[in-house]
Amino acid sequence: MGSEDVKVLCFWASPFSLRVEWALKLKGVEYEYIEEDIYNKNTLLLELNPIHKKVPVLVHGSKPIVESFVILEYIDETWKQHPLLPQDPYQRAHARFWANFAEHKLLYASFIAMVASGDDTEKALNVARDSVEKIEQEIKGKKFFGGDNIGYLDIALGWISYWIPVYEEVGSMQILDPLRFPAINAWMTNFLNHPVIKDRLPPRDDMVAYIHTRKKIMSPTYHDLMKYL
Amino acid sequence: MGSKDVKVLNFWVSPFGKRVEWALKLKGVEYEYIEEDISNKSNLLLELNPVYKKVPVLVHGNKAIAESFVILEYIDETWKQYPLMPHDPYERAHARFWATSAQQKLGKEGSWTALIKSGEEKEKALNTASEVLEKLEEEIKGKKFFGGDNIGYLDIALGWISYIIPIWEEVGSIQIIDRLKFPAINEWMTNFLNHPVVKDSLPPRDKALDYYHLSVKKHTPN
Repeated sequence: MGSEDVKVLCFWASPFSLRVEWALKLKGVEYEYIEEDIYNKNTLLLELNPIHKKVPVLVHGSKPIVESFVILEYIDETWKQHPLLPQDPYQRAHARFWANFAEHKLLYASFIAMVASGDDTEKALNVARDSVEKIEQEIKGKKFFGGDNIGYLDIALGWISYWIPVYEEVGSMQILDPLRFPAINAWMTNFLNHPVIKDRLPPRDDMVAYIHTRKKIMSPTYHDLMKYL
Repeated sequence: MGSKDVKVLNFWVSPFGKRVEWALKLKGVEYEYIEEDISNKSNLLLELNPVYKKVPVLVHGNKAIAESFVILEYIDETWKQYPLMPHDPYERAHARFWATSAQQKLGKEGSWTALIKSGEEKEKALNTASEVLEKLEEEIKGKKFFGGDNIGYLDIALGWISYIIPIWEEVGSIQIIDRLKFPAINEWMTNFLNHPVVKDSLPPRDKALDYYHLSVKKHTPN
């Protein structure tokens, strides 16, 4: 039923561990938050996630589950209140498809655009904007991807509403043009204003400072990242 | 229930498409196979998968589903006979984790990179592959299939290992799976390849060898 202890190994600046927290909070599941310094990985993390050595890790009783999308599905299957995924198989496939798309296309492209320079930034920005264009079509006419309420796809894409504006600021660039993408901008506002989400966002100043640092570190070797476009 | 038309757009040697076919065959779902020349993509493909323009695509009635792992879950949720995913949420999470991790670490970062790179990069890739194989060996020990007595989701998701890796090993004259170090995986590969649904579904070996020889050449800098 799910009455055992729930712990989540997180990193305060990680969009991946945040989405796990959002899912648990939406379902009203109590959990212990454990901060992990990902630049100085401790043995608990390495033991619980030996293959990828990454956060988040959800620990339910004695069972560790890793990979944020896998964790989301586990959460949805274990705690039945406030269902996240739709019921219909095609709608579920649709949600899973777009969650992965945003992760592999938009997330990488926006980060790369921020750390790259010259023509490469343009190239990454084009990929990012094309991706947003596609996502715009999916949210048109809806308050949330899940309909009237937040669902799996909102949680999976929620990082967009917080992180892309930070990347835009740090990279002095624009990806989410409100004139070109009105529906996604409206969704971002709705998402960030949702009581459960609003209550659990990382401090923005700290995040901007952190991302500035990441940009400084990653910029010299950004060419290695271009293959992800 | 799923009695509408089912079509699969695939490329003959693609391991991603193969897993979709295995799933449908195991469930006894009839489908029309449509071969796609991925070097000359058809309008049909571009229309059915405009986002990625890749195979496989499953068409069910008027619905198109892309991305092989998404398709597998759709198949399992639509046709209830011969369930592929385990019942328990933790085991399901486990299966999903290994499906994508093996593809990423053993496939892309491991075996394929070892095939197309040389020197230190090759060594690193082979080590990455070996790390995953060690874990998979533990997973399969004492079991006929990852799904237990019968083939399940994870067997289908990892099935590419049994026929693609030996081909890559031959193409690159490298050893990716040490058969003595990983006897349980070795046995699983044999069991999987001999399963009636898998046995007759594989691409012709010499054709596949030619294809990957060419593919490696294209990806290897001179």
